[in-house]
Amino acid sequence: MAENHVSDASVQIADEKSVEDIKRRRFITGLTAGFGAVGGAVAVTPFVLSMSPSERAKNAGAPVQYDYSKIQNGQMVKVEWRGKPVVLLKRTPEMMEGLNIISDELADVGSEASIQPDYAKNDTRSDPAKPDLLVMEGVCTHLGCSPVEKLAIGPDPQMGDDSQGGFFCPCHGSKFDLAGRVYKNVPATTNMPVPPFKFVDNLIVIGEDDGRA
Amino acid sequence: MAIHRHDNHKSANGFMEWMDARMPVTKVWNEHLAEYIAPKNFNFWYYFGSLAILVLVIQLVTGIFLTMHYKPDAALAFASVEYIMRDVPYGWLVRYMHSTGASAFFVVVYLHMFRGVIYGSHREPREMVWLIGCVIFVALMAEAFMGYLLPWGNMSYWGAQVIISLFDVIPFVGPALTEWIRGDFVISDATLNRFFAFHVILLPLILVALVFLHLVALHHVGSNNPDGIDIYDELDEDGKPKDGIPFHPYYTVKDLVGVCGFLILYMGVIFFFPDFGGIFLEKDNFAPANPLQTPPDIVPLWYFTPFYSILRASTTTLLTFFAYSSVVIGIAAALFTKFKAPIRIGFVAAGVIAAIVFLNSSGKAWGVILMAAAIVCFFLLPWLDRSPVKSIRYRSLPFKIALAIFILAFFILGYLGMNAPTPIKTLLAQVCTCIYFAFFVLMPWFTSIGKTKPLPTRVTMKEEH
Repeated sequence: MAENHVSDASVQIADEKSVEDIKRRRFITGLTAGFGAVGGAVAVTPFVLSMSPSERAKNAGAPVQYDYSKIQNGQMVKVEWRGKPVVLLKRTPEMMEGLNIISDELADVGSEASIQPDYAKNDTRSDPAKPDLLVMEGVCTHLGCSPVEKLAIGPDPQMGDDSQGGFFCPCHGSKFDLAGRVYKNVPATTNMPVPPFKFVDNLIVIGEDDGRA
Repeated sequence: MAIHRHDNHKSANGFMEWMDARMPVTKVWNEHLAEYIAPKNFNFWYYFGSLAILVLVIQLVTGIFLTMHYKPDAALAFASVEYIMRDVPYGWLVRYMHSTGASAFFVVVYLHMFRGVIYGSHREPREMVWLIGCVIFVALMAEAFMGYLLPWGNMSYWGAQVIISLFDVIPFVGPALTEWIRGDFVISDATLNRFFAFHVILLPLILVALVFLHLVALHHVGSNNPDGIDIYDELDEDGKPKDGIPFHPYYTVKDLVGVCGFLILYMGVIFFFPDFGGIFLEKDNFAPANPLQTPPDIVPLWYFTPFYSILRASTTTLLTFFAYSSVVIGIAAALFTKFKAPIRIGFVAAGVIAAIVFLNSSGKAWGVILMAAAIVCFFLLPWLDRSPVKSIRYRSLPFKIALAIFILAFFILGYLGMNAPTPIKTLLAQVCTCIYFAFFVLMPWFTSIGKTKPLPTRVTMKEEH
């Protein structure tokens, strides 16, 4: 067999070489293979990085504006920002009262583990200048579905009998109140995020707050 | 020189002689078909291996023709699928063959896996066949998931949104990883384009390579059979198995009967129930993707629903139950096993630590871990199964009962995953999730108890000669 000839020959060669030579040979082989591996890793890099968001995708993340004076009491609109639905909800006084009634059933009342700007880290999760206006990414913190609004106060098949209004995620049944705060014992564990925003006259600018606190 | 001059495969004619000297055509044909010896007692369950290859070929061929008309562009994709359905001659047929083929693939593969479990085909020496098969199953799930985004329907969009978000829970790198997978901050044109590339190039190549390896490993160890005994234990005077027959022509012809039966059902679905009542093609996917509007009942396709149910069953209730049961299991392990005292104390400590971890971690991360674990369990099957016999025909009663309960739980999980969650249904899903994992965790125990039946020396068939 051809293979046997090769292995016989290598045994013979090994016998003639000194131990020092074999050590050297192993070192050089290892070094070559090591450099080959580094070269391979370098070659893979551009392919891996080519899958990251492109410059065009990064530019598409610019702030959006909306005339919030058009929103009526109890009305909700959705604005698209970075491809995500941003909820603008002008809450009625009853809705605002409801937020306190169900606070025992919430998992993160103080929004400690949740994402929001400091000016929205309060019980209503809104800007103290306009507490009734909820500005929130309508994205479930479980797996990114868009929860359905259940604005009515009263019994609801999904929200329960004592519902004070809220949001229900149809994907996995997570429940949120009208400040986007998550209920206990549902798949999601943090409140829905509040994006940075600022007011300019009648306009709300979503995605930009000039670093205010 | 690499020519194998000692092969005793006889070439059929002068041309084949010329060919065989240059490429081992006759050798490969004989070793894998004409002289591949398979047990003579293959039954109905043995159709599904060859059927899986048939469906793979159908998917490859129909896929090629679909790419001739499909546009992997978020602005054009949905319309191009409608164009295939309405304007391309026989486009509807090719597309329905592909969409029904996806479901048929999973039907066939699930039945193929079930065959492996009931006849012990995963057991020694076929562990590698089983492991490669499990990798094929995972690759097939990836292929199906990526293919499902391509029509760019609303369920395509939101299904991808949910599954890609699973990677968010990985500590530290999760959010960056999901951004890298999507190629954008949201599911977008970039995501669609790359899923197309993976679906039509990368994963089909991987699948074909894995199927090849699956067969290489299988033909190295030989096929199992419904009796789970080794046919090479009983040889005739020529040294060939008494109960073996050549794969070709016996099983090629038998499998053709299976192919006919399969095609009747498959074509029946294609021509008369192409959406299968919303199970093979979901209603919400007949509307284009809308990033601002989640479908009212977002559900994956039926073949993912058992795992999807496990994902959403993971709430505080389930984790609390897991916490208490890990303490109970730890104490039971300490009381009823015969290890030394320090190891037994270790069992209790491990149970308590597990309980603390369960009580202090989030249901979201555990949902992903459990869903992944549910699939990893299949990989471990050859080592969890401790029964002295392979086939269900000779297994003890506890195994049969456990398997029946597991299959029932698997079906219930599948059903629940197709429906909107309610408190009762979530509780039922949690019970079935516990049964699912208990089946694997307790397998070393229930496969080693009970009385197994004595094995025959020769394979058994309905009509003995």
